[in-house]
Amino acid sequence: MDLAVIGGGPAAAAPRPPAIELRGISKAFGSVQANRNISIRVERGTIHGIVGENGAGKSTLMSILYGFYRADAGEILIDGRPTPIPDSQAAIRAGIGMVFQHFKLVENFTVLENIVLGAEEGHLLAPSLAKARRALTALAHDHELQVDPDAVVEELSVGHQQRVEILKALYRKAEILILDEPTGVLTPAEADHLFRILANLRAEGKTIILITHKLREIMAATDRVSVMRRGEMVATRRTAETSPEELAELMVGRKVLLQVEKGPARPGPAVLEVENLRVRDTRGVERLKGVSFTVRAGEILGIAGVAGNGQSELLEVLGGFAAGQGRVRLNGVALDLTGRRSDGQTRRAAGIAHVPEDRQRLGLIMDFAAWENIAFGYHHDPAYQRNRLVMDNAAVLAATRGKLARFDVRPPDPWLAARNFSGGNQQKLVLAREIERDPELLLVGQPTRGVDIGAVEFIHRRLIALRDAGRAILLVSVELDEILGLADRIAVMFDGRIMGERDPAETDERELGLLMAGVVPGARNGAA
Amino acid sequence: MDVAAILSILEGTIRLSTPLLLACLAGLFSERAGVFDIGLEGKMLIAAFFSAAVAALAGSAWVGLAAGVAAALVLAVIHGLASITFRGNQLIAGVAINFLAAGLTVLVAENWFRLGGRTPSLSGEARFQGLTLPLTETLAGVPLLGPFWGTVISGHALLAYLAFLAVPATWWILYRTRFGLRLRAVGENPAAVDTAGISVVALRYAAVMICGLLCGLAGVYLATALSAGFVKDMSGGRGFIALAALIFAKWRPWSAMGATLLFGFLQSVATRFPRLDLGIVVVPAQFIDALPYLLTVVILAGFVGKAIPPRAGGTAYVKEHG
Repeated sequence: MDLAVIGGGPAAAAPRPPAIELRGISKAFGSVQANRNISIRVERGTIHGIVGENGAGKSTLMSILYGFYRADAGEILIDGRPTPIPDSQAAIRAGIGMVFQHFKLVENFTVLENIVLGAEEGHLLAPSLAKARRALTALAHDHELQVDPDAVVEELSVGHQQRVEILKALYRKAEILILDEPTGVLTPAEADHLFRILANLRAEGKTIILITHKLREIMAATDRVSVMRRGEMVATRRTAETSPEELAELMVGRKVLLQVEKGPARPGPAVLEVENLRVRDTRGVERLKGVSFTVRAGEILGIAGVAGNGQSELLEVLGGFAAGQGRVRLNGVALDLTGRRSDGQTRRAAGIAHVPEDRQRLGLIMDFAAWENIAFGYHHDPAYQRNRLVMDNAAVLAATRGKLARFDVRPPDPWLAARNFSGGNQQKLVLAREIERDPELLLVGQPTRGVDIGAVEFIHRRLIALRDAGRAILLVSVELDEILGLADRIAVMFDGRIMGERDPAETDERELGLLMAGVVPGARNGAA
Repeated sequence: MDVAAILSILEGTIRLSTPLLLACLAGLFSERAGVFDIGLEGKMLIAAFFSAAVAALAGSAWVGLAAGVAAALVLAVIHGLASITFRGNQLIAGVAINFLAAGLTVLVAENWFRLGGRTPSLSGEARFQGLTLPLTETLAGVPLLGPFWGTVISGHALLAYLAFLAVPATWWILYRTRFGLRLRAVGENPAAVDTAGISVVALRYAAVMICGLLCGLAGVYLATALSAGFVKDMSGGRGFIALAALIFAKWRPWSAMGATLLFGFLQSVATRFPRLDLGIVVVPAQFIDALPYLLTVVILAGFVGKAIPPRAGGTAYVKEHG
C-alpha cells in the first residue's frame, strides 16, 4: 500500500480504491512474452505515466485494458471491483477511453459521424447525430476542444484529429483516458495545449494514463510514473521523487547517456549546396517551396519540423527518387534533379548515402535476410561480384558478419530476415550498410524512430564519429531533443520552407517550437 | 426508327437492367463493407439454376425463388468463410466461386434432367409473369405517355420493380441508419469500428449475406422472369458488368441505377440491332457488348472523375500486433 494516497489533489484525503488495478496480467504472442505478471495501481484523479522502450509491452498492456487483446492470465479491477474486459465494448462500458497512437478514425467521415460511430442511440442516425452535436458543443466549451463537427476528418490537422479522438472518449463518458504516445505528431505548442487539456480533465477527477517515451513529458505532466522493461513492470515512482536519468536507467537496465558527448564541429568547405529547391507531389501540390541551404564537410545540419512539412520530400529528391526543380551541387558538381538521368544508384555513385526515414518501406526488404539487405544498393560493387553475371554471396556474407559485429547488431545472424530484428537493430543494419561506404554526404531521416534508448546512444555516437571524420551529414528528425543534441546548425522547416537557421547553443525549444509552427519570433505578422 | 422500336428498346433496357442492378447493389453492400466480390457472377448463376430447377419440379416460381436465394446464400457463406473468417484472398475466393457455380450448375442439371445441362422450360405458375400496373388502362389513350407506361413501365415481373425500389432503400440504409454508418465505416477503417466496440466480423458477414440475397434475386430473375428456364452459363458475364457498373457508379446507390440503366440500354440496343448501321460505319453488336468494359476502363483511368474504392476493401482485418 506504499503507493496509496500521495499527491493528486482532493482525492488524497479519502482512501478510495484506485481507478484501475491490474493484478498479475500476462500475455504472450506465440513465443514472445509481451506482458509478464504485471501489477499496477492507478489512483483516481491522477495522471499516471508509463514509460519503457519499444517492445517493453506498454501498448500490449493498454490494449488488454481496452479489451483489444485478451490477457492469458490476471485480473482487472475498476474502482476496486473485478471487471472482466473481453472486448472494447466492455471497456467503454467500464468507462475507459483510449486515444491510440495511430488514430482510429474513419478519414472520409465527418467529425460527428466519427464521434457517433458505435455510440448510436437507436437504429436511425438523425437523432444520434443531433444529440452528439449538442454534446460536442458543451464538451468543446468545457475542455478547450473546439472542432468543427461537420469537417471531414482527413481535412483536419493532426492535432485536431487527436482532439476528435479525445472527444470520442469523453462522449462515451470515459472516466479513465489512456493516451498512447500522444505527442509524436504534434508541434510543441499543440503538445502544450494537449497537456493543458489533460490537466483540466484531471482537475475534474478523471484518471489519465499517459504512455510515452519522452521522459521530459513524463517529468512535466505526470503525478506518478511506472517503468516497463521486457514485458515486466520494474518500478513505480512518484514523479516528483525521480529523475530522467533514473527512469532511463530503469528502462534499459543499465546506465545510459541521455546527452551525446561531442566536441565542437570543425567545418570544412561546402559539400552540399541547395538553392531554391522546389518539389511538387503527384497531385501537383507544391511540397518544397524554394529551399536553400548548405551543408559543409565535418558538420551536421539538423532539419527540425513537425512531420509532413516537406522534410520527406527533401530527402527523397536529394536521395534521387523524386524529381524537383532548382539547383543542387555536391562538391561543386550539379546533380540531376529531373529524375531522368538519376536514381538512387547514381546518387550513391556520386557519394551520397541515404538512411531513409521509413526503414521498413525504403531501407530494407523485410522478408529478405540481413546479408541480402546489406548488399542492396551496392550489389554492383565488384567486391560482391564473382563475375558479371554471378554474385559472390560468400563475400557478401563475410562483409555482413563484419558489419553486424562492428555495429553490435543482435542477433549477429546474417541469415535472419530483416523483419525478425528489433527496430533498433534494423536501423543499425541500414546504418552499417550506408555509413561504412564512407560517403561524402549522409542523408539520415529519423535515425532513432522506434529505436530503443540503448541503441539510440550507439547510433548517435556513430553519427558524431562520421562527422568528426570530416563528412557532411544532413539530419532530418521530428525529435527536437535529438536535433538539439546532434546538430551543429539547425534549420526549421514549415510548410515547404525553411523558416530560419539557428545555432543550437543560442536557441531553445521555445524558439524552435514557434518556428515549427510557422511563427518567426520577433516578427510582427507571424507566418511568412 | 419508329416510336415502337424506341419503346421496345426502352422496355428491353428495364428488363435487361434489372439483373445488373440487383447484382450491382449486391456488390455495393459487400464492397462498401470492405469485402471485394468478384463472385457476383457465380452467385447469380447458381441462383438461376436452382430457382429454375426447383420451380420446374415444384411448379411454383415462389418456391424456385426461395431455392435460388438459398443457393446464392450458401455461396455467400463460403465467400465469407474464405475471406472474413480465414482471411483468404478475396479475389481468389470470388474466382473460385465462379468456377464452382459454372461447373456445379451444369453437372447437377445434367444429373437431374438429362437435357444437356438445361432445365425444362418453365411456364405458367413456375415462371414470374409480367404485372400490369394500375393506370395502364386509363393512360392507354394518352399519346406517348400511354404506350410508354404500358410498354416500358408496366408489364415487368415483380422482381424488376423490387430491384428499382431497392435503390432508394439501399441509399436510406447506407446513409440514414446506424447499420449503414457502421457498414461504410468497416469498409474504410475496420480498426475504427473494432475500437468502437463493434464486431468487424459480424458486420462484414451481414454485408456479404445481403450481397448473397441480392445476387440470388438477380439469378432468380434471370431464369424465371427474363428467360423461362436455365441454360448453361446463362449469367453471361452480367456479374462482371455489374462490377463494372459499381466502379462506374463510384459505389453509390443512385449512380448504380444510372450505370446499370446505361449498360442495360447498351445490351438492349445490341439485342435489337445485331449490326447497328449508323450510315458511315456498321457497328457490330460485339462492340456494343464490350462498351461497358471500355467505359469502365475509361473511368478507372480517371478521365471522368476519380473512382476511389472503399479504402479497406480487399483486405481481411487483422488486429495489429503491439
